[in-house]
Amino acid sequence: MDDIGIGSLVIVCLISIFMGAVSAIQFAYQLSGQLVPKYYIGYIVRDLTIIELAPTITCLVLAGKVGSNMAAEIGGMRQKEHIDAMEIMGVNTSAYVILPKILGGLFAIPLLVCISALVGILGGYIATVPTEIISDIEYVRGARSFFHPYNVFMMFVKSVVFAFILVSVSCYQGYYVKGGSIELGKASTAAVVYSDILILLADYVIALLLMA
Amino acid sequence: MIRAEGIFKSFGDKEVLKGIDATFEAGKTNLIIGRSGAGKTVLLKILVGLLKPSSGTIWYDKDNFSLLEGRKLREIRLKVGMLFQGSALFDSLTVQQNVQFPLDMFTNFTYKEKLNRVNECLERVNLENANDKYPSEISGGMQKRVGIARAIVLNPTYLFCDEPNSGLDPKTSIVIDELIKDITIENNITTIINTHDMNSVMEIGENIVFIHDGYLEWNGSRNQVLDSTNMRLQEFIFASPFLQRLRKAALNNH
Repeated sequence: MDDIGIGSLVIVCLISIFMGAVSAIQFAYQLSGQLVPKYYIGYIVRDLTIIELAPTITCLVLAGKVGSNMAAEIGGMRQKEHIDAMEIMGVNTSAYVILPKILGGLFAIPLLVCISALVGILGGYIATVPTEIISDIEYVRGARSFFHPYNVFMMFVKSVVFAFILVSVSCYQGYYVKGGSIELGKASTAAVVYSDILILLADYVIALLLMA
Repeated sequence: MIRAEGIFKSFGDKEVLKGIDATFEAGKTNLIIGRSGAGKTVLLKILVGLLKPSSGTIWYDKDNFSLLEGRKLREIRLKVGMLFQGSALFDSLTVQQNVQFPLDMFTNFTYKEKLNRVNECLERVNLENANDKYPSEISGGMQKRVGIARAIVLNPTYLFCDEPNSGLDPKTSIVIDELIKDITIENNITTIINTHDMNSVMEIGENIVFIHDGYLEWNGSRNQVLDSTNMRLQEFIFASPFLQRLRKAALNNH
């Protein structure tokens, strides 16, 4: 959990701050000269971050960082016969090796997504307020307008589902790796690719189910 | 005692084991020997349950190991110790933690009881002062000995050793062989060793199973090796001209 959570905090914050900042600047650009009030920038950045960017982008990034690491770690254990050794001792290896990672992921990743959403909204503020695109009052007003707690629920649903996908797919790839270091590298890559595809697919399905 | 009955194993179209029947007796060092690719590692993995045979039965004393599942399988597993070719020690754990691992998983011992048992096993393999070292800090021979200590910590009834001498110098190999033999006799363990080390064959081979091209080619003891007329066995064991000369000399003296 330390590796997944604390170990990924810096990269998640860094990505989230730019994610929020770029969203805010682009919406400011698109809304300029229109009749839409400027404080909508804060509102759009907030909802976009909470509903879509924080869970999806964070989990895609985590699939690359944490997922590949898990696949390589478990694959390395398989290749060094650590898993065989445990199996012969009578240890339930899937429960011993994979389950803690899934539980850790299910706990840590939603927290990271939550932090990512907060930092993303803050990123939008940093990008627009000091540069005087909109005022501090306007951004905060937008960020506090039309708030639906259901969006936060959706964010947590997505983050839990994505967390399960990325951890289980990565562990599967590592656990069933066969061959040498080239196969281990392939398994690590496959973990990221399959996790990313399934996360995007799940994103679509969850959007359909929860928003339709 | 472990008995393999009619073991066949295929990987796709390739048939690796073609009907192996062999008995591995308790209190003896049973050796599986054969050339690389003959199928001895596959046989060992089937015997230990890491691979399922395509057909055939493995008996652990009176238990049909091939049919065991759930709690009964776990009970048998607790009686099995294995020394891996690469030792398979957990890199992030110290020597003590490695040996203690099975005790942590399967016993309710107190820390003191575990420590006593770990020290007992490490002492048995002549590694008294290595408790706090990591596997990367000790030599290959020491790693093998830690592997043996971990394999015997739960007092196994069956001990499997996959190439225990690979990567070791001849002197260390002899130490490891003698250690395995002594532990086998002391605890009346059914020990099965997969090897192609000729020293091991001639020193500790009380029951030798020679596999050639997936078939059981020859079965006997080290004392019967010299007199055997099986050409494949002779070619395998006395492969070098030096060993052939030694065999000739031994037969002349005989």
